[in-house]
Amino acid sequence: MHDSSAVATHGLRHHFADMEQQRASATLGMWVFLVTEIMFFGGLFAAYLVYRTAHYDAWVIGSEHMNFWLGTINTVILLCSSLLVALAVHAVQVGQNRMCAIYLWIASAMGVAFLALKGIEYHAHFVEGAVPGALWKLAVPDPRAVQMFFYIYFVMTGLHALHVTIGVALLAVIGWHAARGRYSPVYYSPVHVSGLYWHFVDVVWIFLYPLLYLIAHKKA
Amino acid sequence: MAEHVVSRKTYIVVWIALMALMVLTAGLSRIDLGEWSTVVAMAIAVIKALLVILFFMHVRYEDQKITWVVVIAGFFWLGILLALSMTDYLSRGYLGVAGH
Repeated sequence: MHDSSAVATHGLRHHFADMEQQRASATLGMWVFLVTEIMFFGGLFAAYLVYRTAHYDAWVIGSEHMNFWLGTINTVILLCSSLLVALAVHAVQVGQNRMCAIYLWIASAMGVAFLALKGIEYHAHFVEGAVPGALWKLAVPDPRAVQMFFYIYFVMTGLHALHVTIGVALLAVIGWHAARGRYSPVYYSPVHVSGLYWHFVDVVWIFLYPLLYLIAHKKA
Repeated sequence: MAEHVVSRKTYIVVWIALMALMVLTAGLSRIDLGEWSTVVAMAIAVIKALLVILFFMHVRYEDQKITWVVVIAGFFWLGILLALSMTDYLSRGYLGVAGH
């Protein structure tokens, strides 16, 4: 067993007074970063809102070309992976590094599954010609407005997929550190802040799912 | 004081609520609710996001007030971005909205 005073300060960086201040700073710093991410995606949500208001009928047509089931399955995958990341934080808080690593690795693998399904969707859009620009083949009324839907769809889901990709790598690496016993019930901020990042990615998808996939069946 | 340890039971109850809301919003999208459909879908999305933020992201258990300030300020500024953009677009006749 470790000496108790050594355990209490394990992982403490010299510029912090104590573990609590270090933990609080890490949480606050991560939230400041996430606020910049909210505004980053916020600009795209604003663009979505403006064009949707201007071209509602085109938005319904675009939404009809979404794969409802793939979108729904991907929502389930992200919600489940978020639960696993929350459980990983619980595991490390009670000193179960091994369980923490397993939860993080399964969540990371679920992120890969999400990206694979997203790739299948993108491939279907390319085959169908639902790609704005030179590859556009869809015969729809008001093709310019429907292309605008697909521009916004590809940018929003593409940026989200980039975040998922970063999250997959992050969870895998943090899981590896956890498996090597780098964290303890007093020092686990990397697990917590990586978890915050993953949950944020989940929150973005919680809004993308109804906004992109669930419009078509709702025409007033 | 170390960070609050949230029980596994709490996480699992929150996850069940999230899954139920997901099934609800997917199911409701198949029913024609008229102009309420978007309102209902967004209300469900906001509840889901709040569950994730308050419980999974531990904001509910955060005893540091400054974290609350940062989180609320972030969403408040997002609200300004969306609301003021739309007041501009809707009031200047840039968009072909009914009644204009």
